[in-house]
Formats: sequence, structure tokens, C-alpha cells
Amino acid sequence: MKFVDEFRDADKAHALAAKIASLCEPGRQYKLMEVCGGHTHTIYKHGLEDYLPESITLVHGPGCPVCVIPMGRVDDAMALASEPDVIMTSFGDMMRVPGSKGSFFDAKAAGTDIRMVYSPLDSLKIARNNPGRRVVFMAIGFETTAPSTAMTIMRAAAENLPNFSVFCNHVTIIPAIKAILDSPDLRLDGFIGPGHVSTVIGCRPYEFIARDYGKPVVTAGFEPLDILQSIYMLMLQLSEGRSEVENQYSRVVPWDGNMTALKVIGETMELRPYFEWRGLGFISHSALSVREKYARFDAELLFDVPGVRVADPKACQCGEVLKGVLKPWECKVFGTACTPETPIGTCMVSPEGACAAYYNFGRMNRHRVKEAVTIEVGRP
Amino acid sequence: MSANQPGAPGAAGAPTGVDEAAGTGGGAPRAGWVARALREHDEHHDHEQVPDREQQVLDRIDRARRRRPRVREERITMSHGAGGKATATLIEAIFLEAFRNPLLEPLEDAASLTVGSARVALTTDSYVVSPLFFPGGDIGELAINGTVNDLAVSGATPLYLSAGFILEEGFPVADLTRIAESMRAAAAAAGISVVTGDTKVVQRGKADGCYINTAGVGLLDRDVAFGVARAQPGDAIIVSGPIGDHGVTIMLARGELDIEADVQSDTAPLNGLVAGLLDAVPGVRAMRDATRGGVATILNEIARSADVGVLVNEDDIPVRAEVRGAAELLGIDPMYVACEGRLVAVVAGDQADRALAALRTHPLGTQASIIGRVTDGPPGLVHLKTAFGGTRIVDLLVGDPLPRIC
Repeated sequence: MKFVDEFRDADKAHALAAKIASLCEPGRQYKLMEVCGGHTHTIYKHGLEDYLPESITLVHGPGCPVCVIPMGRVDDAMALASEPDVIMTSFGDMMRVPGSKGSFFDAKAAGTDIRMVYSPLDSLKIARNNPGRRVVFMAIGFETTAPSTAMTIMRAAAENLPNFSVFCNHVTIIPAIKAILDSPDLRLDGFIGPGHVSTVIGCRPYEFIARDYGKPVVTAGFEPLDILQSIYMLMLQLSEGRSEVENQYSRVVPWDGNMTALKVIGETMELRPYFEWRGLGFISHSALSVREKYARFDAELLFDVPGVRVADPKACQCGEVLKGVLKPWECKVFGTACTPETPIGTCMVSPEGACAAYYNFGRMNRHRVKEAVTIEVGRP
Repeated sequence: MSANQPGAPGAAGAPTGVDEAAGTGGGAPRAGWVARALREHDEHHDHEQVPDREQQVLDRIDRARRRRPRVREERITMSHGAGGKATATLIEAIFLEAFRNPLLEPLEDAASLTVGSARVALTTDSYVVSPLFFPGGDIGELAINGTVNDLAVSGATPLYLSAGFILEEGFPVADLTRIAESMRAAAAAAGISVVTGDTKVVQRGKADGCYINTAGVGLLDRDVAFGVARAQPGDAIIVSGPIGDHGVTIMLARGELDIEADVQSDTAPLNGLVAGLLDAVPGVRAMRDATRGGVATILNEIARSADVGVLVNEDDIPVRAEVRGAAELLGIDPMYVACEGRLVAVVAGDQADRALAALRTHPLGTQASIIGRVTDGPPGLVHLKTAFGGTRIVDLLVGDPLPRIC
């Protein structure tokens, strides 16, 4: 496939892997965090870790949008959805996220009208086609998806659509990264910066990470060679003692971001004073709500939202996993109480959540996988 | 303020200030359990027992996987129909539990029975596809081919089918006529007859236009038994053509995605292809048609039933460029997408090339490919050597493949 296969070239990968290995100081361990869940997905899907020396560990960060939604918000959404005249609409990977009383899938099975959409604009279509019902869009995601929600709100305003609203759960990436950086136990050497988020916010917001925390950041694309090259760029910075923000994904990410996208977010949404993150607790100015100007599309004002606060299950250590302090298998409930079939923490829900990815794909460590593959079949 | 995690930043008073990108250092107070977790973490960190503990966890997961399945949900969800783990659990925990007998237990595509002196295969399948008409076929053609294929891959010569219709009040007669006509044509192409049937009409809103159930009987006229449990290390795994065409066609035909691609369903009767293969190669151990759950699900069934490892090469798996492109856009893996005219065969390793040649002489098998091998370990696991040069495990999906948002 054109423009895709070029970024999955095994020969180029081998060459890059050799360069990465040559930059490793003997005896030194490197921990690099890929912030974005999309990167985690690519890493597992293509078996990218096979190319890395044992001394480089990739830590899966907080950038999986469904993984950071706290249970209470899911319960709130469920309460909205259970109003008899409501049609709740949601992205597909939100469907399995557990609240305290089950997921959207369970609610759907029990008769609640919850529909999966690919774009918030599809929710508008549903609202137009069901004038007698109130249609709520469960808005989730980082700055990546916020512009499309913003555009949808503006479209609804232009059409004066009376039966559409947004339950806004958009979060922002920088406060989450900062919360991680401020964790005193953290031993990260650098960040593979989120690519999709950066298409909107650009690379400039990461400068404090390099400047104030001395950690290099490389904004990366989503093909396996993108990530491998970003790791190389990080290792090069580390070996030269630099900490800078670099942009590997320059074919898509402008340094200053996408002004149009930022403008529509600013037009329709504002920062919340604080927001609860799954596993990370409350972080101030880390999420967006609908601006007063568009209050008539704000489900939180239109409906009686219970504002449920549900404690993360005590044994669940999603927070530590998200911060990279614990590996998934080090969590107390991993693989016993918490499995992809019965996820307790959100890290287990989405296939790109760190725990689900490890459960499904990481059961054999790199070494054993290599052994199994080369010995048994002998194919290169 | 926070019922959650006393000591998390929120509960410690004012939320941690992260007002601007540039910030001050310093951590928030930590909860007791976090401190404990960290202490434990430090205790075993950088120690030799780390691999042991990790191994313990991995062993625990393996044990959990072998545990007797139990349906935890109170209600049926869409996952139970998706062909992945949830479906397998439902079948084993409820249906196998209720109907348990030696003929059912292998859970093959068709049951092998002895009636008098004849050995026959019996199978049934229901068709609820939406939309009813799609590029490359319709529900009627699917209902004939699907059941014919379940018989064919069991090694049987398909003979007779039944057809049951559940129709919704208001369903256009013209559409039903069209469906019946395409069933007639499909039956003729497969060389079988529809010999009995049933019709029910339900009130508007109680069904989605038209559902069809077909059951089929075939004659097991070859003196060979097939089954995925017979797979042995060294065997080759072959698919008969490009995968994922049907599933991607249906997703696009639903019109919810505003993606257009020149793909059509691969629905086709496989009995001719299978006969050619079995005539040419005595060492065929098992065949499955790769419907719901896709090729990945079949590979997992092979690995689990035969307690062997499976290793496949992504480069060798045929996928049409259009299907790959659409799947890439949707964030789904063609390995899990349904086909309706493709089979996966397990063939003794030394006869793999002959089997491939036999498949390729048939019009439905021109793009057949050896995608991998059965290995002697690690048992129960399917590994994929990615085109990129890495390795990953291909597991059963829990439910439907869900599109990812980023």
C-alpha cells in the first residue's frame, strides 16, 4: 500500500536498529515513555520491540483517551443515557469502558439507546433524524478529537439544532505529562511525543519538558519506522547530553500547531478548573468544558448529571502503570481479577491500554519470542 | 472533594497546580497504597527475582485461560455474537453444558454422524446480515454458500439443505423474490437442492427485514477424518485466497463510514475447491471456512484444539490492497475480518506444495498461499511474524473489533 509500506520497510528498520544499539552505553538502562496510546498500538502490532536492545524499555504513557476516563464519568454518562428520550452516541472504543455498573455495551443490552458513531457529525445526523429525541454525544479524547467536537457544536449552533448536546470529557495532554514528570519516583530518560495531539497543539508546548526537566522529547508519527527513528533521535540526544524538543513527524505536525483547530476549540470550549483522571486523580486545568456561549449544547447543564465519584478499586494500580512506575504485570490484580474480559482498570479496556496490550501480546518476553520463532521454523 | 484515592492530588487540598506548560517541580502527596506499591516495586526492582515474579504472573494468566468458561454478563451483548472469546465462552458455558455429547464436543463446523451404514455430516447456520443486498451478493446467496461451505470443509459432499425464513411485517415481496432467486442460483452453482423449509412472519420492528436459517446434510464419502485437533508440528497452514473481503464489503455497504472502495463479498461455494484439494492430497488434516472472527480465530482454534504452536508470516497472508486500505483507515485488522468464500487448511508439511498447486488450479484458489506452520510450541499460542520484521501474538478478540479513536 503506497505511503504506508514505505514506513514499514524491514531493511530500513534493521539499519536503524543497529544505529540505536550503537548509541547504548554499556551497562546503562534506558526508559523511554511513548505518551500516546496509538504508539503503544503500533509498537505491539508490528512487534517493534524485537528491534530494540534489552537495555531500552518502552514505558506506556497516559495518552489512551478511554483509559483515563474515571468510572464516575462513565456512570454519569450512563445516567444521561438512561433518560427515556435520550439517544447516547459514542466512539466505539468507549463502549467497553467499565463504570461501576457495567459498560455502555451492558447498558445497551439492557435496553438503553446507545449508538456507536465514527464522527461526532454522525450524532448530528441522528439528532436531525430523531427530532423527538434528545441526542447526546459522549465527547472523549485529547486535543486530537476536541476540534471535531468543536466543529460539531458550531455546526449544531448554525443549524439551531434543538435536540443535540455534548457530554464533554475532553482532556489536555500537557497537565498529564506534567503530573508524570512531577512524580518523584519516575525514572524516565525521554519521551516519544504524541503525534496526533501535536498535529493540533504543535511541538512548542513540550519545550518545558526539555528545558525544566532535562528530558528530551521527539514528536513521532505512527508507522513503525517513525517510532524507531524517534527512538534513535532520543538516543542520539541522550548520548550527546542534549535535551531538546525535536519533530520526527514533520510531514504532519507543524511546530506551532494547527491554528484553525486551536481556534475552534477556543471558540467552543474552555479549561475546567480541575478534572479527575483515572489513576492520576484530580489534575487542575486538565480538561475542557463547553463555553457558556454554547451552553444550550452542554449536556452537563441540560441534564441533571449526578456527578458520581467512584473510587478506583483499591487494588487497581492503573495510576502507577500510567506513570510508568509499575509494569502491568507488577499490579496486584493484573491477570487475576483484572483481565480483558473483566477489566477493573481502564488500562485493561482498550487494546492499546498498557495492561491489555501486555496481557494479549506481552506474555512472552522478547527473548523467548525470538527463540520460539527462529528455532521452530527457521524462517528469517 | 474526592472519594477517590485519599491523598491523590485532589484530596490533598487544592488540586496540583499545572496551570501552564512550564511548571515547578515537586510531587503531590501520595496515598498509602501508592507508597506501598512503590515500596514493593523497589523491593523487587533490579533484583534477580524479577523474571520469576513476571513468570508467576504469566503462569497465572495461562491458568486463568484454561479455566472452565463462565458467562459473567447478566444479558447477552453484541460481543457474544462476534465470534471471539465471548462467543466461545457462551457456547461452552451454556450450550455445550446443556447438550453435551461426543458428537457435539469437537465443535467443528459440522457434526459427523453415522446413520445406518452411511456417514453423514449435519450443520446449521443463521444469516442476519445487514444490509440484505451488498456488492458481490446478498443474504440468500450467503445462506446457501455458508452452509454448503460448513459441510465442504468438514470433508462432506453437500447434498440437501433446508431453508427457514423469519420475515418482518412490511418486508417487500420483490426483495423476497430476489433473495429466493439468488438462493436458487447459488444452490444450482453448488449442486445441492433446498428440500424443506419454514416461514414465519413477525410484527414490524421485531426483526430486521429478513433472517434466514439453513441446515445442510452432506455425505462423508471419503475414508478420512478431519479436525483441527489433528494438526501436528511441521504441518503447513494454507489460505485459499485474499482475506477480509466480505467483512470489509459489509462494513462499507452499511454506508455509515463514507468510505468507498472497489471491494465485493467473496461469497462462493467451496465444495468444488475442497474436492479438488482432497483428490490431490491425502495429507489434509483439517479445513475451516474463515467466516466470523476471520483467519485469526481459526488459527487460535488450531493452536488450542491440537495443543500446538502456530506461526504465520504476515508477508505471506494475501490481503487485497483495497481491503488493507479500508481496514487501515478503520483501525481494524484484516486477520479478524470475516470471509465467506475462503478456507484455511492444515496440511502435512511434505504435501504443502502439492496442496497449494491443487488449490491454485481452481478459480477460487488462484491466490492460495502457505501462510505459516504448525510448531511444537509454545502450545496454544499463535505468533505472527510481522511484515515489519517483529513478532507478536495473535489472540482471540473479546468481542467485535472496535474502531479506535486515535
